[in-house]
Amino acid sequence: MERLLTRWLDIPDLRKLDVYLANNGYQASRKAFFNMSPDDIINEVKNSNLRGRGGAAFPTGTKWSFIPKDSKKPVYVCVNGDESEPGTFANRYQFENDPHGVIEGILIACRAVGSHTAYIYLRGEFTAQKRSLDAALADARAAGYVGKNVMGSGYDIDIWTHKGAGAYICGEESALLESLEGKRGYPRNRPPFPAIVGAFGCPTVVNNVETLANVPHIINLGADWYKSIGPEKSPGTKLVCLSGHVNKPGLYELPMGMSVKDIIYEIGGGMLGGKMLKGVVPGGSSFPVLNKEEAERAVFDFDSMRTIGSAMGSGVVIVMHEETCMVDMLRATAHFYHHESCGQCTPCREGTGWIEKIMNEMEAGQGKIEQLDLLNNISDNMVGNTICVLADSIALPVKSYVTKFRNEFEEHIKLGRCPFKSPQGRAQAA
Amino acid sequence: MPKLTIDGKEVEVADGLNLILAAEQAGIEIPHYCYHPGLSIPGNCRMCLVDVEKAPKLQIACNTRAADGMVVHTKSAKAQAAQKAVLEFLLINHPIDCPVCDQAGECKLQDYYMDYDRQGSRFPLEKKVHKGKAIDIGAGVMLDQERCILCARCTRFFDEVTHTHELAIFERGDHNRIEINPGQPVNNKYAGNVVDICPVGALTEKDFRFRMRVWYLHRKPSVCGGCERGCSIDIHHHRGRIYRFKPRYNPDVNSYWMCDEGRHGFPALQQETRLTVPLVQQKNELVAETWGEAFRRSAGVIQNMRSEFGANAIGAVLDARSTNEEAFAMKKLIKETIGSDSIATLTWSPPGASGDDDLLIRANKNPNSRGLAALGLPASGLESIASAVGAGKLKMLIVLRADLVRVMGEQEFVRKFGPLDYMLVLSTDANETCQMANQVWPIAAYPELEGSFTNFNGRVQRLYEAFPPPGQSLSAIEAIARLGHALDGVERAMSGDTVFTQMAAAEPSFKGLSFEGLGEHGRDLEG
Repeated sequence: MERLLTRWLDIPDLRKLDVYLANNGYQASRKAFFNMSPDDIINEVKNSNLRGRGGAAFPTGTKWSFIPKDSKKPVYVCVNGDESEPGTFANRYQFENDPHGVIEGILIACRAVGSHTAYIYLRGEFTAQKRSLDAALADARAAGYVGKNVMGSGYDIDIWTHKGAGAYICGEESALLESLEGKRGYPRNRPPFPAIVGAFGCPTVVNNVETLANVPHIINLGADWYKSIGPEKSPGTKLVCLSGHVNKPGLYELPMGMSVKDIIYEIGGGMLGGKMLKGVVPGGSSFPVLNKEEAERAVFDFDSMRTIGSAMGSGVVIVMHEETCMVDMLRATAHFYHHESCGQCTPCREGTGWIEKIMNEMEAGQGKIEQLDLLNNISDNMVGNTICVLADSIALPVKSYVTKFRNEFEEHIKLGRCPFKSPQGRAQAA
Repeated sequence: MPKLTIDGKEVEVADGLNLILAAEQAGIEIPHYCYHPGLSIPGNCRMCLVDVEKAPKLQIACNTRAADGMVVHTKSAKAQAAQKAVLEFLLINHPIDCPVCDQAGECKLQDYYMDYDRQGSRFPLEKKVHKGKAIDIGAGVMLDQERCILCARCTRFFDEVTHTHELAIFERGDHNRIEINPGQPVNNKYAGNVVDICPVGALTEKDFRFRMRVWYLHRKPSVCGGCERGCSIDIHHHRGRIYRFKPRYNPDVNSYWMCDEGRHGFPALQQETRLTVPLVQQKNELVAETWGEAFRRSAGVIQNMRSEFGANAIGAVLDARSTNEEAFAMKKLIKETIGSDSIATLTWSPPGASGDDDLLIRANKNPNSRGLAALGLPASGLESIASAVGAGKLKMLIVLRADLVRVMGEQEFVRKFGPLDYMLVLSTDANETCQMANQVWPIAAYPELEGSFTNFNGRVQRLYEAFPPPGQSLSAIEAIARLGHALDGVERAMSGDTVFTQMAAAEPSFKGLSFEGLGEHGRDLEG
């Protein structure tokens, strides 16, 4: 397979403008600005079946088509580079190694939706990545690709980088917009949707970094070529963040539709220490965990993952071997969501903390069997009842861990300790 | 006008109404905390989740507009489960300190718990998150962060209504807390409103807390007498004492709000200086007499003056805090019964009083100056009365509510009104003017009478008798009526209702108005 989003592995110094230009750089933008109308671009992206890489998998072309054509207000393009889902580490490599690929995607998106201003929202910790992007932007500006009269087209596009202050919730698109506006990162009620009322009250497209990085390739090589990679309904390549108990963890660009088994055993070089697979966190920590059996039959694309009750999310594969304490894994996950809940909606604000407190007891062996039902019940009370999906992001994992690994919870309760972390091990468990 | 079905009831509502208001029209309560009709819609409390047919999940009623053909279930199993769940979530970290909380009895956590939750706690007491308590955030408002449910009504009020932005939410998740910025306390003239709109015991009023359990309080609709805006209020009282004023919704006057000056205006109405018996000056001392003696004495003086010096020897000064009915009755007494033209009004605001602002506060601190003007009483006229006194033509002055000595200063008063032979003062309180009077009659303050005020925009609003005036005090219209009776033997109307009816018949400005017809929100003057 040809590398698209990780071309930088094959082309040294791709981050530099001259190298990028020598490798077909900004050709897609030229095509988009001089040979295509905004509608042509939207149709091409629609036809490509490109779906958002941030986790929701919404068709990108369709999202663009929601922007009013005759908006009297300015239209904004916002790039979601808040990459903060536990287990993700793809966008940072793009910013570091292929910033012009991202910029080009932004230019084309701006042209498609009639926007003259784009904001790249970066997570607070992305200091080096911001530096890399800013340097690339300065070069692109000096060379006439960004700024006034882009490539002599008469079209102006300004692109700004903006760093968040370290909140997971600001990766949620409406909280991102609030944060960008200088407010507290609280997700907004919808409707209105960002396409109508987005940044600064204006129509706004919010796209993930990886989504936009696909766009120049689609424009260059066409929708049909793009659809030939992976399943037709969810085509293209995906940056997969493989971590956990495999021999070769790392960032991989893989065609959509690869089996999780192949990702672990072929790509990842098999289980660490030859141990048995116990489970996989797919998509990101906010999606239901898979047990061994599910993981071994899972196919990694948007629709296939949904059929087994989880999701591909942002392309995370966290592999866990037989010695992993699933109770502790859920405890750590609960801690994260408790820490990151913005606290706006009652069920999430109160429920995340409650779950973590129960999980702390569970892991310490002080839990009670009734608390398993309580965990399920608290989760049920959270799901779907809040403004954004952060509540679901802990509630659904809780339900999946409690259901799929119930025996481990019972073991903790019975032994009064964590069997994985004490010298006695699991011996008396049964 | 969308037609929709809520809990099986079909209801047609105005365009753009949300489901909370639409349900209200159908007589159905949808519980809610963060939604307030005077503020923006954050949708954060999640208490108003309802089942809307064809929607994939429960919808918040506050942010869902009523639409034609919509079918809404507020009591479906799913909706009830969500309401119960939200209450449980709200209460897990709440201190449940109702016995020592001033909000108890008017707390939406208590009310909704009884209506929608009623289950035992599944959360251990010792695991509750602890936050700040009894924090003085300024402007007489106390904050308890543990009782707070973070509905953000208060922060939105300061952001959207006063634009002063003193409060914000700090931290994250279940450590979220309402707080002021360090060293920047709440500093605006409407702070008390956040106490009103706080649905729980998180914000309480320094002046009210620990004074009275709210279930002992009775409420009576009224009008704030603090300025010419005349905000609609409720008077909360117990055994003849006022414990607080609360704003009452009036879309044409004050919306949901009132200012702090008005809110804290009630102690001035129940000071120890309140008069309780009619007084007469004897040997340089005011001594009590009966009302019968008082009326006979005044009537005798008036009759003597009139026969000796003519009717214009008798005049009156009305304060612009007098009600419409009092002013009308006094005008009739002076002009028709006595036959004098000497009548003046006093519109006075204390020095240093706040000026007009762009929300509610008016520089004119008199609640009824427009009403007096509408009755054709001169806005000034005090000078011409003074010169008539100086010229020896005006011998007797009847003073209604006006504290002339305080307004003019003692020297000026003596210089201008010293030559008077007789002064009858109708007053709620013993003041310096009373000291100079020959007779002093105790009258009801506005929470103690039936009547009306006309605000600066010509809005006529009703006053109700919350409780009787202290001691032997009478309503001013009764005192005037009985004085009239003592003069000519004719019975006069003594109730606010009948005097208002006479006024509406006699005064062009009040044409077409009726006392009952003033309703909750009042009515505009003719023209």
